[in-house]
Amino acid sequence: MKTVRIGNGCGFWGDNLDAPILLAEQGQLDYLTLEYLAELTMSILALQKQRRPETGYATDFLDVLERLCPLLQRQPRLKIVTNAGGMNPRACARQARQILNKAGLGERAVAVVLGDDVSPHLDSLLEQGYRLAHLDNGVPLASIRDRVVSANVYLGAQPIVEALRQGASVVITGRVADASLTLGPAVHELGWGWEEWNLLAAGTVAGHLIECGAQVTGGLWCNWQEAPDLANVGYPIAEIDAAGTVRITKPPHTGGVVNHETVGEQLLYEVGDPAAYLTPDVIANFTTVGLRESAPNVVEITGAQGDPAPETYKVSIAYRNGFLSSGQLVLAGPQAVAKAQQCGEMILARLRRAGVVPERSHVECLGAGACGPTVEQTPSVAPEIVLRVAVHDSRRAVVERFTREFAPLVTSGPPGVTGYATGRPAVREVFAYWPTLIPRRAVTPVVQMIDENGGGNDG
Amino acid sequence: MSTTEPLRLRDIAHGRSGDKGNHANIAILAYTEAGYAWLRKHLTAEIVKNYFRLLNPSAVLRYEAANLKALNFVLLDVLGGGASLSLRTDTQGKTLALALLQMPLQQMIAVEPMVRAPGRTER
Repeated sequence: MKTVRIGNGCGFWGDNLDAPILLAEQGQLDYLTLEYLAELTMSILALQKQRRPETGYATDFLDVLERLCPLLQRQPRLKIVTNAGGMNPRACARQARQILNKAGLGERAVAVVLGDDVSPHLDSLLEQGYRLAHLDNGVPLASIRDRVVSANVYLGAQPIVEALRQGASVVITGRVADASLTLGPAVHELGWGWEEWNLLAAGTVAGHLIECGAQVTGGLWCNWQEAPDLANVGYPIAEIDAAGTVRITKPPHTGGVVNHETVGEQLLYEVGDPAAYLTPDVIANFTTVGLRESAPNVVEITGAQGDPAPETYKVSIAYRNGFLSSGQLVLAGPQAVAKAQQCGEMILARLRRAGVVPERSHVECLGAGACGPTVEQTPSVAPEIVLRVAVHDSRRAVVERFTREFAPLVTSGPPGVTGYATGRPAVREVFAYWPTLIPRRAVTPVVQMIDENGGGNDG
Repeated sequence: MSTTEPLRLRDIAHGRSGDKGNHANIAILAYTEAGYAWLRKHLTAEIVKNYFRLLNPSAVLRYEAANLKALNFVLLDVLGGGASLSLRTDTQGKTLALALLQMPLQQMIAVEPMVRAPGRTER
C-alpha cells in the first residue's frame, strides 16, 4: 500500500535551528514541514511589513533552506511545506527562489498559497453585515476595528494540494491550520478525496501530533526521566498509508521516545472537545482512535473518524491593546515569600504615590507556587523567591514609570534583595487576539507559482 | 511509596495542558483501566473547578476519551486574558496539568490496580 513519510522539523518560530536539518538528513522523508506561526506572530509580521514592505515573513526559514540545499541535491524528491510566508509569502518565496537558484536547484518549483490575509476586506465584510464577533464573548469587531493590525483566515489543505499538483517542490503559505501542513501532502500523495472524512481525519490526527515538533517525541512528557538524551531529541515523523493508518516515529539513533504516553499526551494538547477537533478540512474525532506500540519508538494509530468540515473559516485577528511590562527581583533568606510580597506592594504603593495607577497589575512569588495556584498548596519555605510584578495599561507612560520602581528596592526594601543585574524591564506593545468566524464564500485561496526570476503567475 | 507522602493524582495518571485563547485545557490520562474508572467517577468538573478556584474559572467543562483512558478539562477564562494579555508567568497554562496531578487522593482505597506498571520502560 502506498505510504508517505512526513516529518515536522519546526514546531514554532524559535524552535531549534538544527532540528530541520537533522530530521531531513536522518528521516528518509518524502516531505519536510516547518511550522512558524503562533497565534500572535502574524501581528508582529504585519507591523514589520508596514515599515518595510519586503519583510513580514519568518526569516529563520531562509537560513534553514540555505542549509538544506546540499540535502535537497542528494534527495531530489524531498519536498518542503511551510507556513513561513507569514504576512508576505511572495517576498519569502522570492528569497527562497534565489537561494535555490544559487545552489543550482533552479528546477525545483516554488509555490505560494495566498488568500488568508483578509485585512484589506474587513470594512467591506462589516458593510455586508458580517459582525465578526469575538468567538468567546460575542462582542462585535466594530468595537476595536480601528486598532486591528492583522486578520488572517486559517486556510486548509486544499490550496497546498493544488500547489503540489502544479509541481511545487517548496510550498510557502501564510496562515493555514497547522494540521493542514501535513494533511496536504497526505491527500496529494495518497489520492484521498475531499469528502473521505475518515481519511481526512486520520491525516489531521497525524498533523496535530507532529505540529509541535518534539512534544510528541519525549518533550514535555510527564515521565521525562525515562526519555533518553533529550538534547538530541529526534523530531517527529508521520508515516501515513492510503487506508489512513498513521505511524508516529522518529529517526533512528536519536534521543527522546515515542510511546503510548507521549502520543496520548500530545493528542489531547490544546484540544477542547476531543470528539470534535475542528479544522478547515474536517471535524476530526480523536475519541475513536486506537494507539498501539507496534515497534520500539513507533506508535500506530487507527480508527480516526471525521465529519464534514465546518461551513466557516476561523479568522485570527490581532489588535493593539496598550502596553505591558514585567520585572523581577530575587528575595533570599528567611521569610522570602513575605519579603517578596512586601516588595511587590511597595512597587504598587509608590506608583500610587506618584499618581500612577496601572489599569491591571499582578504580583507573583515564583518559588511559592505562583504558576498553577491550587487550594491544596502548602506554604513555601523556599530559601529564595523570585518576585515578579507585571502591569498592563493603555498609556505607555504609566508602564514606563512602573519599570523605574524595581531598582529603588535594592536599597529601600527588606534584606536579601538581589538579582537586579538585568536592569530595567522592557516595555512592549500588546497585540491582543480576536478569534472569529467567517463564511467560506468570503474567502478565496490562491496558488501562485514563483518563476525563476522571482515573479508570480496565477495558477 | 512512603507512608508519609500522600497518594496523588500523578500516581495513577499523567497529563498535559495548554491554552485555547483565554481558556486552558488539561488532559489527564489514567495509567490503567481501573484508574480511568476511578477518574470518571471522582475527578468531576466541580472538583477541578474548586481546586483551581484561585484562578477564577467561569466554568469547567469535562470531556471523556475512553480510548485514551483520559479526561479532558477545559477551564474557561483562567488565563488572565490569554497569551499576550496575561500578566502571569504561565501565560498559556502550560503548568496546570502538573498542578492538577499534585492533587492528593484522600478517597483512594485500593490503588495497586491503578498505578503505572513498574519497569514499563528501562530505568
